[in-house]
Amino acid sequence: MPTTVPLLSLAIWVPIAFGLGVLATGGDKDAPAQRWLALTGAITGFLVTIPLWTGFDTRSAAMQFVELAPWIELFNVHYHLGVDGISMLFLLLNSFITITIVIAGWTVIESRVGQYMGAFLILSGLLNGVFSALDAVLFYVFFEATLIPMFIIIGIWGGPNRVYAALKFFLYTFFGSVLMLVALLYLYGKSGGSFSILDWHKLPLPLHAQQLLFFGLLLAFAVKVPMWPVHTWLPDAHTEAPTGGSVVLAAILLKLGAYGFIRFTLPILPDASRSLAWFMIGLSLIAVVYIGLVALVQTDMKKLIAYSSIAHMGFVTLGFFVFNAYGVEGGLIQMISHGFISAAMFLCVGVLYDRMHSRMISDYGGVVNTMPKFATLMMLFAMANCGLPATSGFVGEFMVIMGAMKANFWVAFAAATTLVFGAAYTLWMYKRVMFGAVANDHVRGLTDLNGRELLVLGSLAVAVLWMGIYPKPFTDVMHASVNELLRHVALPKI
Amino acid sequence: MNWTVFVNHIPAAPEVVLLVGACVAMIADLRVKSERRTGTFLIAQGVLLACAVLTLFIQSVNGTSRLYLFNGLFVSDAMSNVLKFAAYVSVSMALVYSRQYLLDRGLFKGEFITLLLFALLGMMVMISANSFLTLYLGLELMSLCLYAMVALNRDSSASTEAAMKYFVLGALASGLLLYGMSMIYGATGTLTISDVAKQVARLSGHSGDRTFLVFGLVFVVAGLAFKLGVVPFHMWIPDVYHGAPTAVTLVIGSAPKLSAFAITIRLLVNGLLDLAADWQQMLLVLSVLSMALGNIAAIAQSNLKRMLAYSTIAHMGFMLLGLLSGVVAGNWLNKDEAYAAAMFYTVIYVLMSLGAFGMLLYLSSKGFECENLEDLKGLNRRNPWYAFLMLIAMFSLAGVPPTAGFYAKLSVLGAAVSAGQIWLAVVAVIFSLVGAYYYLRIVKLMYFDDPKDATPIAGQSDMRLLLSVNGLALLAIGILPQPLMALCFASIKSL
Repeated sequence: MPTTVPLLSLAIWVPIAFGLGVLATGGDKDAPAQRWLALTGAITGFLVTIPLWTGFDTRSAAMQFVELAPWIELFNVHYHLGVDGISMLFLLLNSFITITIVIAGWTVIESRVGQYMGAFLILSGLLNGVFSALDAVLFYVFFEATLIPMFIIIGIWGGPNRVYAALKFFLYTFFGSVLMLVALLYLYGKSGGSFSILDWHKLPLPLHAQQLLFFGLLLAFAVKVPMWPVHTWLPDAHTEAPTGGSVVLAAILLKLGAYGFIRFTLPILPDASRSLAWFMIGLSLIAVVYIGLVALVQTDMKKLIAYSSIAHMGFVTLGFFVFNAYGVEGGLIQMISHGFISAAMFLCVGVLYDRMHSRMISDYGGVVNTMPKFATLMMLFAMANCGLPATSGFVGEFMVIMGAMKANFWVAFAAATTLVFGAAYTLWMYKRVMFGAVANDHVRGLTDLNGRELLVLGSLAVAVLWMGIYPKPFTDVMHASVNELLRHVALPKI
Repeated sequence: MNWTVFVNHIPAAPEVVLLVGACVAMIADLRVKSERRTGTFLIAQGVLLACAVLTLFIQSVNGTSRLYLFNGLFVSDAMSNVLKFAAYVSVSMALVYSRQYLLDRGLFKGEFITLLLFALLGMMVMISANSFLTLYLGLELMSLCLYAMVALNRDSSASTEAAMKYFVLGALASGLLLYGMSMIYGATGTLTISDVAKQVARLSGHSGDRTFLVFGLVFVVAGLAFKLGVVPFHMWIPDVYHGAPTAVTLVIGSAPKLSAFAITIRLLVNGLLDLAADWQQMLLVLSVLSMALGNIAAIAQSNLKRMLAYSTIAHMGFMLLGLLSGVVAGNWLNKDEAYAAAMFYTVIYVLMSLGAFGMLLYLSSKGFECENLEDLKGLNRRNPWYAFLMLIAMFSLAGVPPTAGFYAKLSVLGAAVSAGQIWLAVVAVIFSLVGAYYYLRIVKLMYFDDPKDATPIAGQSDMRLLLSVNGLALLAIGILPQPLMALCFASIKSL
């Protein structure tokens, strides 16, 4: 649908402008004003993404809301934005999560409030940029620029070991993406001087070159997803990051890697993707099974959810590399659903942490006695995390398992074990934290959710249930684009 | 009076004005009583401004044509004008940044300003050199001024030692360069670079003559490598950067890089492009070694100036990636883009280096040298704005978008990849990853640690303003790199 309002630019620059505004307001003495300004920014940022949903043409697989302007003419780089059914939902998810982060950090963050809020708003705008960029340099700029605010967020407001975690996070992801830069430059040369991702989709490449490029891109995206064995930064980053940081990391940043696979690897390198699918499926299954087992033995709640995220993202990559509509759509649904669920789970841990200043499972027990509302909501999210039907977690996992079943029974079988492991680690944690006798006086003194926390978790609960009960609006949006993608991937372009 | 002679020599007017201006500043300084030397300072800035206006005028009149003056000793083209302009800007910034620092240490004398102006004159002569003779003259004028500036604080043994080292090694480098140039003179029979190019094109086919030329070339490249400060000719850099007063380190780390780049282009590209197959291989080795040693050694440094010195080495190695990607198997198609990338890299590097050293000068105060990593601790709590500016400079040095440094890296890597040097590009990005670590460490110190002392930072308002402009320029170029890139491309195309 042609539009005169540059909606995507607004989705990117409104949060960034508000973020800079919050940064400019000065020190902590203005904290209340900064919070309200940040909330206004986050809500405005969300509002400008809503027309993307309402104005989206679900029958078209083409890029919509396209904006195209020359940027660096010398390298033929364009400010080229656009969304299709694959990327559009992530802009909404991201803008929505930003609101919850601002509200969740309202009173918890006491020092350098403006910098905290500003960093998240800027990060939100940059992430919208990653999901809507159709020019490889633009994509890379946004992709990399997200590292700066996240590095600062973990490093300033993080836990005791935050410096280590922040450096590890930055260097790991930087390592992946610099190799991607070389791959992008190589594609630029091969395509006769174009950085347009859509042009690259049509670019014929010999298998050997495709495979080399595949590994160049793989490292960048695999670190981000993160796939086994390059996942080790994630538990550290999650554990040390403040609640808001963990939320955005799990809900959005991890999706960048999976998004990269579906925007770059599959359509640009279809032959390499098919010939190396066994490799990707293998890594995904290791993530699902092995990381599931690792999650089982965690004693730190945040670490447990971090490992659970890796296992769930393994499902996403598995879905992508079985090359059928169930798998790919299931992977995408799983990405969005995991965005809600992991955000909610980290917020739940945040709720407990703010009260007790401990993330250790062993410090809790019997919380249900003092926080019944909280226990109810967390029950829902825990169930969603293990894929209970009627929650969003079920839809994605079910579709991916269906897709895998079409490809190979044993792959589907191995993937389905996650239903057991997922239930085991999530519910066991829930049982130890929530049920049983009240463990100690700290737990006895807990107060239940306040209105703000209830608002945040409640809205996420609505999202989780909506996606679980009636996922059609979400799959409808993806349908045309996914089919087009699969048709494209099926054609050899050697 | 014959006006045409006068008019024909207008392209050399900035040099004349600067020479006269430097002499005026030297004499006027005898009469300046105030400790702040406002008079001399203003004269120097005025002269720089006049030069800038003249250069802009010359550029606007000449456009893309090349003008030879003084019987081909001197050339004026778009590249020389752009680089000279960048040199004025960086010297002018250096003057503002260093003033308070030198004042606090009783070193802000007329000599500093005069030496700086004469060094600039040397750089301009180098930039416009079209003959081995002028090139060498300019180089020596600049170097002698810089040697003296390093020793400005004559009571400091570290400074004196650094100056001594700089002088001895610099003289050796000049000797190597001179020896190489004399060999090439022997082979080609001319000192004029544009004539050398013609002779080399004729001679490089004969294997005997070519051997002779390559023999000279080895020494020329070694001399240039000394001046650029790339491994294995880098030994002077850490010691000089460390030993010199920070204000002088700022000077050495900025504009001279532009002139070193210019003479590299003049000698290797304007003069010896037919030997590209030979010198590109030499540059390849220098480049990889510099990136490796510079980045790895920088990690081990606890002194900021030393760390930035190693970072310079690494950056010059990166810049060479552009220079060595120009000619692929005798094909010159890639050359404009590749050399433009290297030029863009150099200009951006100078801007980053000014920002980083400027911040060190700003944070230093009377009786306190900001030169150890610990001194940056908790800067964000003391002053968020300057921490933010330093953050931009550090991420720019690390090559993280959206900062100018990223596009500098992008353009040289792009040149290397399109020259088919994919593995070289991979090696380069791996070392830039290593480099990211020590820049991040500075961000970590500023943002994640608590300050050692919470005293507010004093500083002159002109310096605060300029530092802000400098930092924001890195961000602005990071968002809109096209104009500067196009400028570099156009000026290389005019060669």
